[in-house]
Amino acid sequence: MIELEQVAYGYGTGTLLSDVTMSLAQGSFHFLTGPSGAGKTTLMKLCYGELVAEQGSVALFGQNVRDMQRDDVAEIRRRIGVVHQDCQFLDHLSLAENIMLPLTVSGRALHDPSELQELLAWVGLQQQANAKPPELSGGERQRAALARAVIMSPDVILADEPTGNVDWDMSVRLLQLLVELNRMGKTVVIATHDMNLIRSAKSQVQARVLRISNHQVTAAGANL
Amino acid sequence: MTLLSNILRFLSGDAQADRVVPPTGFTARLTVFASAAMAFLAVFALAFSLATGRLADRWGDALAKSATIRISAPADQMDAQLLAVTEILATTPGVKEARPLGEDEQRALLEPWFGPDLPLDRLPIPRLVEVIEDDEGFDAAGLRARLAGEAPGAILDDHARWREPLVKAATRLRSLGLVAIVLITALAGVVITLAASAALSANEQVIRVLRLIGARDSYIAHAFVRRYTLRALGGSAVGTVLGALALFLLPSAGAEGGFLTGLGLQGWQWLWPLVIPPFAALVAFLATRQAALTTLQEKR
Repeated sequence: MIELEQVAYGYGTGTLLSDVTMSLAQGSFHFLTGPSGAGKTTLMKLCYGELVAEQGSVALFGQNVRDMQRDDVAEIRRRIGVVHQDCQFLDHLSLAENIMLPLTVSGRALHDPSELQELLAWVGLQQQANAKPPELSGGERQRAALARAVIMSPDVILADEPTGNVDWDMSVRLLQLLVELNRMGKTVVIATHDMNLIRSAKSQVQARVLRISNHQVTAAGANL
Repeated sequence: MTLLSNILRFLSGDAQADRVVPPTGFTARLTVFASAAMAFLAVFALAFSLATGRLADRWGDALAKSATIRISAPADQMDAQLLAVTEILATTPGVKEARPLGEDEQRALLEPWFGPDLPLDRLPIPRLVEVIEDDEGFDAAGLRARLAGEAPGAILDDHARWREPLVKAATRLRSLGLVAIVLITALAGVVITLAASAALSANEQVIRVLRLIGARDSYIAHAFVRRYTLRALGGSAVGTVLGALALFLLPSAGAEGGFLTGLGLQGWQWLWPLVIPPFAALVAFLATRQAALTTLQEKR
């Protein structure tokens, strides 16, 4: 679904990623780990087309990002749900409106209005549907971001440090939600430097761990 | 029909999509105020241009078909020379009508300068003969030659000497009015572009979120463009109404009225200001669309 071939990327004169080759297959579960500043977020951005590789190629659902028109990138992002550490909501809209936003911008609607209630119940936010994002806690915002990421029923979920601003219990709960999505056939990638989170996932899901070090991505499953 | 339906669809909009862009107080007020001010000025520029156009037409038409013969002669020769002039005019091709001005008419002409108690009968005032041309007009040089031979005190003034610069001035003023309208339009476009660009910069987070969830450039641009177009439409409608009201309340042009009192619109010309709001909306639409697409092109 997402293929990176000898990808290199840097900011200014510094190289952040070099000769990165990896593949995210349908239904797979990945942790992307590495120290802060190693390039986890950059790699995630390459995976949903916000950045274009300086060298090598990134193919999303068979299309090379470099060859895509702007509307193609928008279309691809409807198939990739992204959850950021800082969530990024429209603060003037209610939580429910924010979650529905991907449907709104693509001119679609839910088949059944009760689906929204089910989604809110799934992330435990039924009571906060009409609240504005600034009124929510960090954990609630992360769960809302996850709900927004899945409302279009995307094929891939990319979660960049989704547990960075929440306590351990909430981290476990978010992980469980992502595992549930993976069991529904979604490809899940979680960027995190929290090794405890990765270890706690071992009993729940067959996860592959990718580690970024020295600008390269290496498989690190055996080191867990 | 397609254009009309597109305009109606654009104006009716998508309530949900409209909410995507947060209300931005400063740029909203700036756009509405600038549109209202520009429309107000545009009404006056339009009225100025139309009034000077009317003036040029009036001076051109009225003065081009008339001439005056001034007879300055000793009192004992005045009647003889007047008779001679009248006879010459009666046999001159191109003269439709010739009429000596009466004493009351001459007094009315001089009254604004010398007051009502002017002893006209005791002053050596020249006699004036008003000449109206027919469509073909007369030969001014030939008429002057005949007057010089048969009525040496008579001088033909065909108004050409001062009519032409007046008509030229009025025509130039009309052009300046049109230039003012063009400048006002351009300025409105610039102000709305700046306001839209400021709003786009202020809403960078909104754009980032919309991009993240798969919004196309056209969707994001449309949300901004529609909002600014409607603001410009509303603001310019208010400015146009105020401008038209101010024109309506100007003193009416009476017999003594000059150019300024004739500045208002007349008859069907009152329909012209109705063009201003939709035109302002069109300018806002084009300016905001260009600003939005340019800004969005800079971001992936």
